[in-house]
Amino acid sequence: MSTTVASMERSFPRAVSGVVAVNTFREAVRDRILYNLIFFALVMIGAAILVGQISIGIERLVIVNLGLSAISIFGLIMAIFIGVSLVSKEIEKRTLYSLLAKPIRRWEFLVGRYGGLLLTLLVNTSLMTLGLAGALFYVSRHFERGDASILFAVYFILLQLALVTALALFFSCFSTPVLSTLYTVGIYVVGIFATDIRDFGQVTKNPAMQVMTRVIYYLLPNFHNFNIISAASHGEAIPFSLIWQNTLYAALYVVVILIAASAVFSGRDLK
Amino acid sequence: MNSAAVEIQGLTKDYASGFWRKRMRRSLDHLTLQVEEGEVFGFLGPNGAGKTTTIKLLTGLIFPTAGTARIRGRSIDDVRMHREIGFLPEQPYFYDYLTGRELLDYYARFFGYSASERRERVTRFLQLVGLASAADTQLRKFSKGMLQRAGIAQAILHDPRVIFLDEPMSGLDPVGRREVRDIIHELKNLGRTVFFSTHILSDAEMLCDRVAVLVDGKLRGVGAPGEVVSMEIQGMEILFETIHPEALPLSFAGRTTHIGSRFRVEVPEPQLYDSLEQLRRCEARILSVTPIRPKLEDYFFGLVDRGNPVGHPEEVSAR
Repeated sequence: MSTTVASMERSFPRAVSGVVAVNTFREAVRDRILYNLIFFALVMIGAAILVGQISIGIERLVIVNLGLSAISIFGLIMAIFIGVSLVSKEIEKRTLYSLLAKPIRRWEFLVGRYGGLLLTLLVNTSLMTLGLAGALFYVSRHFERGDASILFAVYFILLQLALVTALALFFSCFSTPVLSTLYTVGIYVVGIFATDIRDFGQVTKNPAMQVMTRVIYYLLPNFHNFNIISAASHGEAIPFSLIWQNTLYAALYVVVILIAASAVFSGRDLK
Repeated sequence: MNSAAVEIQGLTKDYASGFWRKRMRRSLDHLTLQVEEGEVFGFLGPNGAGKTTTIKLLTGLIFPTAGTARIRGRSIDDVRMHREIGFLPEQPYFYDYLTGRELLDYYARFFGYSASERRERVTRFLQLVGLASAADTQLRKFSKGMLQRAGIAQAILHDPRVIFLDEPMSGLDPVGRREVRDIIHELKNLGRTVFFSTHILSDAEMLCDRVAVLVDGKLRGVGAPGEVVSMEIQGMEILFETIHPEALPLSFAGRTTHIGSRFRVEVPEPQLYDSLEQLRRCEARILSVTPIRPKLEDYFFGLVDRGNPVGHPEEVSAR
């Protein structure tokens, strides 16, 4: 028992969020979360064999559509169901008590939990993308230039997952997993139709309704622009402006939500 | 450093309750207390007295409604204070997907140790708490006692100067309790300050330099265990076996209970040696002799009924 506090302070880098993130990833792996890949693989193998048999020139379209949709749905399920328990599970199981007595700030804990789930989603999505590439190669026997748009579609799915995870984490800081799931799913669904809601407001003659739909449009995350599955399955080129706009939008939104989550969680009593 | 290990000044905690969270319930009421460096300090009180609330406030898990506290001169809202403290929560629970070794390695990472230093520390502390043979077993397979040991290991892994233990003996068998007592003694020998809550008077009597008694969130007394809590012996319990129960002295009549093949008798302390002599004469085999002390619950009930403080907290807090 000889190391002094002073020497630890000199040598200690503030990388505690990374420590929490790695443990969160390990938790997901040990809880067999990545087993969903087996189900995804079965879907892709089944689809590839089926499409190979009915071959009417739309193999690529079907496989890409199905694969990207599956990647999106599997990712969303993980982001929401694990995300809503990121904080509440640690409180409920009281594992947080020992952890927060260590030199870690609450926001560092939150960033770590968030980063850990994001890492899990990144690994999961990457492996599913490899599965999709395998199925695509099986049915069309080659890759073409337009296939690059699939990677952009996957990238946009990841941005969406980053946003959804941040929302789930935010609700997890003060609500139960069931309610957090409802809130997150609710916001996601409204976010998909954000543009439609705004347009609906414009066609009504009611000024209050117009203001309300506009507020919803600007306040809630707009998930509509992240969905390019259809364009990718047709091999269409993805404009560069959309890529950086979506990246910036997601990054800013995530930062704002994480700041809000930190503000809520930093003042919360762990009874 | 001249400052006390723990300085608590008017610490108060109210919890909001009710649907609209308008009703306030006071869990801790203006606690003022000082714990010196190197002391083993016992925090006594019945359930709901505010012991855990105090420890949670000091470890930054909840926030005070009023008052302040400093640990080795640092405010409790300063994250650097956490390098100086170790904390064992009541009935601890840890990530059950980790092994004992992985758990301690995880916690050690928050203190910036190198990989080799972490390995060495983890092995040493697993041994210290008697978990060396279960080092690579997942925590989901740990018994309650093993979890408690893992909890103690994670609390002292980084050589904290002040260690908070919330009911460290709860759920442990007699051997486990003795081991925890040994660890607390060892920490004291190393000059550490140990602040622990307990329900068990004998633990406090054996371990503590000073104790504080908390009832209904209010400090009722601080001082040496004997000063604050009456530890007087109310009688002696003798457990014995005999094949001649009919030969037992008449003075035992009405005071003897038959438990299986054994007998139990309570005698006043001055009559102990006479009673033992009488038992020897009728060829009884003495199994144990135990002093009868008031139960902590009785003591606390007495305190609540009397409504009087047992000491003068203001005087003691001036230390």
